[in-house]
Amino acid sequence: MGEAYIYDAVRTPRGKGKPDGSLHEITPVELAAQVLKAIRDRNDLDTANIDDVLLGCVMPVGEQGSDIARAAVLQADYAQTVAGVHINRFCASALESINLAAAKVMAGEADMAIGGGVESMSRVPMGSDGGAMISDPQVTFKNYVVPQGISADIIATKYGISRDDADAYAVESQKRAAQSWKEQRFKNSIVPIKDVMGEVVLDHDETVRPDTDMQGLGGLNPAFAMMGEGMGFDAVAIQKYPELEAINHVHHAGNSSGIVDGAAGVLIGSKEMGERLGLKPRAKIRAMASIGSEPTIMLTGPEFVTEKILKRAGMSKKDIELWELNEAFASVVLRYMQAFDIAHDEINVCGGAIAMGHPMGATGAMILGTALDEIERTDKANALVTLCIGAGMGTATIIERV
Amino acid sequence: MYKNIKFDIDGDGIATLAIDLENQSMNVWNASLIEEFEAAVDKVLGDDKIIGAVVTSAKDSGFLAGADLRMLGDSGANPGVADAYKAAFNLNRILRKMETGGKAAKALVKGETTKPFAAAVNGLALGGGFELALACHYRVASDSPKVKFGFPEVQVGLLPGAGGTQRTPRLAGIQNALQLCTSGKPIDAAKTKAQNLIDEIVPHAEVVAKAKEWVKANPKTKAPWDNKGFKFPGGQGAMDPRVVPVFAGAAALAQKMTNHNYPAVQKILSCVYEGSIVPFDTAIKLESKYFTTLLMSAQTQNMIRTLFINKQAAEKGMARPKSVPKLDLNKIGVLGAGMMGAGIAYVAAKAGMDVVLLDRDEASAEKGKDYSRKLNEKGISRGKLSKEKSDAMLAKIKTTIDYNDLKDVDLIIEAVFEDPQVKKDVIEKTEAVIGKDVVFASNTSTIPITSLAKNSSRPENFIGIHFFSPVDKMPLVEIIPGQQSGDLPLAAALDFVGKIKKTPIVVSDTRGFYANSVVMPYLNEAMLMVKEGINPALIDNCAVHMGMPIGPLALSDETSQELGLRIMKSAQEEMGDKYQPTGTEDLLEKFVNELGRKGRKSGGGFYDYPEGGKKHLWPELSKHFPLAENQPSPEEVKERLLYCQLVAVARCYAANVVHDPASADLGAIFGWGFAPWTGGPMSHIDTIGADMFVETADRLAKKHGERFAPPELFREKAKSGEKFYKAA
Repeated sequence: MGEAYIYDAVRTPRGKGKPDGSLHEITPVELAAQVLKAIRDRNDLDTANIDDVLLGCVMPVGEQGSDIARAAVLQADYAQTVAGVHINRFCASALESINLAAAKVMAGEADMAIGGGVESMSRVPMGSDGGAMISDPQVTFKNYVVPQGISADIIATKYGISRDDADAYAVESQKRAAQSWKEQRFKNSIVPIKDVMGEVVLDHDETVRPDTDMQGLGGLNPAFAMMGEGMGFDAVAIQKYPELEAINHVHHAGNSSGIVDGAAGVLIGSKEMGERLGLKPRAKIRAMASIGSEPTIMLTGPEFVTEKILKRAGMSKKDIELWELNEAFASVVLRYMQAFDIAHDEINVCGGAIAMGHPMGATGAMILGTALDEIERTDKANALVTLCIGAGMGTATIIERV
Repeated sequence: MYKNIKFDIDGDGIATLAIDLENQSMNVWNASLIEEFEAAVDKVLGDDKIIGAVVTSAKDSGFLAGADLRMLGDSGANPGVADAYKAAFNLNRILRKMETGGKAAKALVKGETTKPFAAAVNGLALGGGFELALACHYRVASDSPKVKFGFPEVQVGLLPGAGGTQRTPRLAGIQNALQLCTSGKPIDAAKTKAQNLIDEIVPHAEVVAKAKEWVKANPKTKAPWDNKGFKFPGGQGAMDPRVVPVFAGAAALAQKMTNHNYPAVQKILSCVYEGSIVPFDTAIKLESKYFTTLLMSAQTQNMIRTLFINKQAAEKGMARPKSVPKLDLNKIGVLGAGMMGAGIAYVAAKAGMDVVLLDRDEASAEKGKDYSRKLNEKGISRGKLSKEKSDAMLAKIKTTIDYNDLKDVDLIIEAVFEDPQVKKDVIEKTEAVIGKDVVFASNTSTIPITSLAKNSSRPENFIGIHFFSPVDKMPLVEIIPGQQSGDLPLAAALDFVGKIKKTPIVVSDTRGFYANSVVMPYLNEAMLMVKEGINPALIDNCAVHMGMPIGPLALSDETSQELGLRIMKSAQEEMGDKYQPTGTEDLLEKFVNELGRKGRKSGGGFYDYPEGGKKHLWPELSKHFPLAENQPSPEEVKERLLYCQLVAVARCYAANVVHDPASADLGAIFGWGFAPWTGGPMSHIDTIGADMFVETADRLAKKHGERFAPPELFREKAKSGEKFYKAA
């Protein structure tokens, strides 16, 4: 089996995912196309050498439907021979796209491929695609399906994570994101997004709030209490977890990931193709894994996929020098830290989705890029990147500098 | 020509199909009516002289009240799925033929039409009756307050299986349809019209004429969903993202309400969901398929038998001696105006009887009447009761301290303090004034009726009527004949229970009678679990999840630890050396005497009850009963909580405390809320098999103690394979 190398990683800034967000006027295909153009231009690529572009997208309907990856390839003026495929593994779609791109390279099916993702949450809102998982009574009953926010609150209740714990984590995420921007840690990865006239509309993550504090967060009402108590979802959760007397609703907009627009891409290829094109590999893909986990609590997959990937890589927890876990909800990260006894200064060191947002289909590529930049900046050997996933799954990738 | 339908054709060529089921007081779909109805529909469609038809009822009792559950109860015995489906689809097929005129949906979409059928709904239209109306092209309802529409099928584990889950969402929208089909609750004509499920409400006498008017004016018609471009109100079916949250929310609420114990509810949701994606003709086939899976399940058969057939039989006085003519119970005397007496006075007055409520002093008697006043005030504030009706009802309750006021009552119910001496005194004073044929019923829960009857000069007229608290809410009444009780008191007791519309069972005169003999071991089991360090939340959640109305620890708080301790002490005193410790004695002592947690109303129990807030487990509970490191699985907890009840019921049945499986099941469900989805503990044992029951009980006895050991009779059944319920 061959090896797969990372040659580049770029992302758009993340715009507030509402009609007043700076990226709302940009079509999702254009967000993806500008990422693809940046990869081509930064690396002076003849795109005919790229075999495939895999893009995650979680709401693949409307203008994000019909294989947006192929549309983006064409809009970015890539060679006609470059194929495109859309991938949906919910929140880990982009990381899965990277893993599949790497797998193609390792298997010898492709020499060079791009894995990434796109999501304009302001233009194609969550819930636009329906789906058996949340609406078909045969499925929802059998699997005790609850919304993700309730799942995050189950984690908090089951593992003793308090509202204060979650809020303190969120405050720190905001601080780290602000500090990272101040130190220009993302400088190498950010592709400012331009409008139809070619003017830059956004060059920074729009939702960071450096002045967030415990007092401010303390004033926010739990976001999922009404849904849990009034609509019956808490009862469903307790049917699955009867050891819990009640669900402690700790999450709100301030300690959960933000709704944003954005896109990202990672250039992956074989050693030979990199050499032929005169590219310098930044890291290699050491291991990849995906796993299914209990779907009601839903968001504990990172724990189990981490165990799986470490085993596959022949590594132990101690071998990992940097951890990056998507901040879907504070409790997801806090539980993960608890499960593996990870210190806060080893994980999500540049802040995460609570501060900068979680453009669902693109996040996996964004946080892998962040981890890559960070191990280069701090001269670390490796990083483990993972995300929790809807319906109870986890996907992970270990990257290693070369 | 027809036995069940009056078929006329008027001068305009409009046929009237007036349903009048032979030898029945109420119209229901049975095999004979279904067959004739199809013939009548064929006649309308095939006869060129007929331009259309009005479907109505020839009975004053209602339009049509659903399917004959006895027929459904039998059809479950059909061996093959294919046959059962064919039978289930029959009415769906016939109603669809009426709707399409037998034409293909494609032809209708392209513009063809059919002859109009209008429903003239002149009374109750439930289940299959509602579905019949919905399958007509137009619906006129009478303005009589008796006209109600609803789908009660879910209450016996079924779904509306004659197009109800398909026509309702297409007319009223998905949200309304889910509510109607899953709640089982009927709605009045105005609400039905507001939901677009009927077209017109007219004066009662004009209902047929108005329907005919519409038929005459619309000789060519078809259902809305047979038109091109038909859209569901409020969103185009389940594939419309706007409808996704409706299904997500409905599923959560349904799971909350049913705890996954009632598959009918999920299948109703599935019928509406899947049916909204496919064409109508596919949708009704799916509906009949889902219906068939329910009908063929043991659960539905058990629910139909206990909750419908046997419940009705018990309420009609199945156990009543036929030799005694029906008694005129117009005035009753209630002795003792405490909690029980006050509740009995309330239900009696509410049922239209005059009540003499007697207590030792006027203040106590008035306090008892206050109970009725408070309940009525609540009813008025909720708009369920008028001030006039409340006043009339309260005027029926006369409070007194004078035994002479009892002289013309038709029945005595005694609910004084549970002290043999007090009871003796009251019995003697009462018998001195009442007529010699007046039955004396005691609401004792702890003193044997036979020993109480010794105080009576007429023990043949003496009986026990055991109510549960709170009387106005609890649907079961245990009737306990003493050794010398004759037929008269049994008849009187059953007539009284019939008037107050509760469910009676007749049980033996043994300590705790039936219901409490099972509830006590059940509550004890939960307390033993607490002592073992099992997570209390797990205990109560598991009970609720297996279908109990509240958890056993919460129930212990309601009945109060104080009462539990008192009952235990009196049993100890009474039985002396024969008393068998339950293992919960020390826990009750500790709660009542050491911790001051005597029950919900005095200091809390296992739970705290914050004023205006939700109850929650007492935070210090785990200090006194530390959680064990290894917790049992939810399945283990459920099994223990289920089997402590099943075994207690089995012992009562084997000891003839309760005389037949039907009474055991009714008493369990309506007495202490035993999981209704089972059809009752005896039905459940029949369903799992006596062999499985004995095997599991023996295993639990080995692990947890002899209290789980099944009685010999059940071992015999396990060997013979015989069921407790004889096949219908």
